[in-house]
Amino acid sequence: MGKEHAGEYSIIGKPIPRVDAKLKVTGQAKYAADIEVANMLWGCVKRSPHAHARILNIDTSKAERLPGVKAVITGKDFNGFTWGWSQPTRDEEPLAVKKVRYLYEGVAAVAAVDEDTAQEACDLIEVEYEPLPGVFTPFEAMKEGAPLVHENRPGNITVEYHWNFGDVEKAFAGSYLVREDTFQTPRMAKGYIEPPATVAYWPETDRLVFQGAKGSPYFPYRILSRCFNLPLSNVRIITPFIGCDFGGTKNDMTNGDFSAVMLAKKAGRPVKIVASQFDALTTDLRRHPMWVTIRTGVTKDGKITAIHTKIVSDGGAYTRMSPLTHFLTGICMGMPYHLPNFKHDVTCYFTNNPSSAAMRGHGIYHTTFARECQMDMIADELGIDRVEIRHRNIIKNPEPGTIYETINGAHIATAGTEECLTKVAEAVKWEERKKKERVKGSKAYGMGFATGTYLSGTQLSAHNACAGIVRVCEDGSVNYLTGATDVGMGSDTIGCALVAEVLGIALDDVDIKRVDTAFTPADPGSYGSRVTVLAGEAAINAAEDAKRQLREFAAKKLGAMEDEIVFKNRQVFVKSNHARSISWERLVRMACYDAPGRVIIGRGHSKRATDLHTLADFSTGKGDIGTNYSFTAQAAEVEVDVETGVVRCTDNSVIAHDCGFPLNTQAVETQVLGGSYHQGVAAALYEEFKMDKGLTLNPNFVDYKRPRAYEAPMTEVLHVITNDPFGPFGAKEASEGSTCSAPPAIINAIHDATGVWIKDLPAEPEKVYWALKEKREKEQKKEKQ
Amino acid sequence: MKDDDLKELRFSVNGRPYELKVKPKTLLLDVLRKELKLTGTRTGCEVSACGACTVNLDGMAVRACSVLALQANGREVVTIEGVADGEKLHPIQEAMVAHGAIECGFCTSGMVMSARALLLENPKPTREDIRKAIQGNLCADSGYAKYIEAIEIAAEKIQGGE
Ligand code: FES
Repeated sequence: MGKEHAGEYSIIGKPIPRVDAKLKVTGQAKYAADIEVANMLWGCVKRSPHAHARILNIDTSKAERLPGVKAVITGKDFNGFTWGWSQPTRDEEPLAVKKVRYLYEGVAAVAAVDEDTAQEACDLIEVEYEPLPGVFTPFEAMKEGAPLVHENRPGNITVEYHWNFGDVEKAFAGSYLVREDTFQTPRMAKGYIEPPATVAYWPETDRLVFQGAKGSPYFPYRILSRCFNLPLSNVRIITPFIGCDFGGTKNDMTNGDFSAVMLAKKAGRPVKIVASQFDALTTDLRRHPMWVTIRTGVTKDGKITAIHTKIVSDGGAYTRMSPLTHFLTGICMGMPYHLPNFKHDVTCYFTNNPSSAAMRGHGIYHTTFARECQMDMIADELGIDRVEIRHRNIIKNPEPGTIYETINGAHIATAGTEECLTKVAEAVKWEERKKKERVKGSKAYGMGFATGTYLSGTQLSAHNACAGIVRVCEDGSVNYLTGATDVGMGSDTIGCALVAEVLGIALDDVDIKRVDTAFTPADPGSYGSRVTVLAGEAAINAAEDAKRQLREFAAKKLGAMEDEIVFKNRQVFVKSNHARSISWERLVRMACYDAPGRVIIGRGHSKRATDLHTLADFSTGKGDIGTNYSFTAQAAEVEVDVETGVVRCTDNSVIAHDCGFPLNTQAVETQVLGGSYHQGVAAALYEEFKMDKGLTLNPNFVDYKRPRAYEAPMTEVLHVITNDPFGPFGAKEASEGSTCSAPPAIINAIHDATGVWIKDLPAEPEKVYWALKEKREKEQKKEKQ
Repeated sequence: MKDDDLKELRFSVNGRPYELKVKPKTLLLDVLRKELKLTGTRTGCEVSACGACTVNLDGMAVRACSVLALQANGREVVTIEGVADGEKLHPIQEAMVAHGAIECGFCTSGMVMSARALLLENPKPTREDIRKAIQGNLCADSGYAKYIEAIEIAAEKIQGGE
């Protein structure tokens, strides 16, 4: 294991500069809010001041009379259309018609000549409401007789799963120790700085163009086709650059998206709607708050015998992606530790809060936090070292050619967790370190460990198509077309690099076309760490197809067998005699001009997306959700001010990451540093929406705390290479798994430093302060006795 | 004076003189993005919290969302579009590209502008100085580490070049 094969490649496996970096660093990159179309109007959404209320009447007449207003719409303009994540969960209207279910839900919208007029017109719309009692926590929602968020959903249940593998009760009965603990993860903002924005227009009455910040542009493609009764061929979604996503809002639709399209139709002019940060932080999708109760049985030497998880979750007003989120909370519990018995009971409830949805580490984040903190509690109770107990349970890297199957039928071909954990423990010198004194003056220092896992190349039953097109131009330059969307993670660069690698040309020779549904092939978009693994496979297959066409031609010209032809460094030559060669450029030109009408277009799709494993079954929890799985171990050091409760993460932290094979080492490092460790620090110590009866109390980045540059530890990233047989050139997802391991590592470090457990995130100073105080008082009491 | 009375604004942006008429309440950010179409300056929070709108006003880093356009009267504004020398990137930009600091890129303009102002004032910053200079620039996905290192690299390069 760990064999580097980067030397075999010309481009991949090294630091690859991003193909879009220059556009971004010079400000030329256009994001949705930067788009302007001739004759464009500005739109604005009228929002509800109630979290739960019946809409009795909407009077738009005053708004319509305001000079400069060009169109006013309400939910009724959509003729009863509803939409959702899947067919059975279509419970949301583009704009609420009869009832609003969360505060600031959209009820009407205006298009006008400028932003101020649109805003003023919105204020002139008069809406009569009948306020209704609401439910604002899942515990209120589950009470008998509680107000219903959706009248047709008894018990306010959004989704529930009850899975059972092996026999947990029997295993608990035979265990040396059984521990039950409850952990809590809060409601979090997705954290993108770019608020959602959309420009929509109808170049002809039956043709729609939609340019919006969408990480999964083929969601709006299908949804808008249905909403406006258009054939898919007439729906053109064009993706600008996207200022981050992290799951949720930029995957699917907002009130503003639907409104822009309808207003543009009604006004007969393009309409642009740009959300404010306030809109984004009060109405965009958030991370689900969850209460995770985890019961774990272990043998005397710390081997896990069974886990039973019981989760209560707040889904907010609409179903959105909740069926997937809660499925994900349990699907990877059998990793990275060997788990012989497993039971999973999870229920998500509707509340009158803004809807919850996917967020980085989707679902798995919550259960990883609970499991990894409890692992330390168990280790301490048994008197086993915290690294050692993990080693005793880790799934060993399967021998090449063999597969490890988890209790719920997930298939692992490579697992570098053991090497990751060994590496981080060595890097922070844990053996020496653990004997050292924790407290220095008013500061206490602690080291915490955690492991994590994540699926890559999500496999879901519907809309899984994923393809690439490689068009070779007559001068040797190449267009790569993909339906996949780079929301910042660098997949555009990876796609280009894979195409260039296969064709033996330079990265500069390949130009990527961002998504335009009129030309690019359908794709599910950016979620579930799927893009590099699946769109990457499609890109390779498309490039291979183009190469096959050129190889045929080269073989003829060079008088050799086709399988003798090699493409490398912009040269095409015969393997046994490099002198018999032709330059890439010349070959392409000759091939294109050889016969009238010849074009070199390669196409390929991802077969693994659909054919590799049996797709997971949501109702039983059995099967594979990933094409393969990444693994992580990390060590994080904290400094706790024992007088104030302020916790700081130090530079003494290390993340070892098994992403199979890092296709772009630099991008993997930046992702792991920022997209995992830093976001983990944010989740562990800072981020939480404070709520009061559906009202978000901190909807701005002053009151909603996030770490800034002076709170950014300079983490070390170590690569563990396992070369997964199911990924493109051995690759698996990068950095989503390590998002999940960061919060527990930090909470474990706080415990190592001070002996207190913070079981509900984030570990804000106040919480830590009170926990320390309570501990001190208990100790003093004991001393007195 | 009524809110809507137009006032004269004369200033220079990226070395070019401009004469405009603006409402007193107009923000510098809106003049740059909407009037001058310099959209490289981003709109994030509009409340001085994210730094995406950072520009240089007489060499100082300011948040264009919290400066009235008229406050720039008679002064020099440099935006992200004015940092590179034609096709040639500024050392700060070059280092950010080469060091892999950039992810989604939405905060990048602001990062460059904060760094530029820092290096104009303090060509040999310590790591702490750099952290302080970009503390108002929120980034959601880079973890700042590579931005900090890139600014260090750029500072050294500028020093070496002199
Ligand atoms: S937009 Fe000015 S600081 Fe955020």
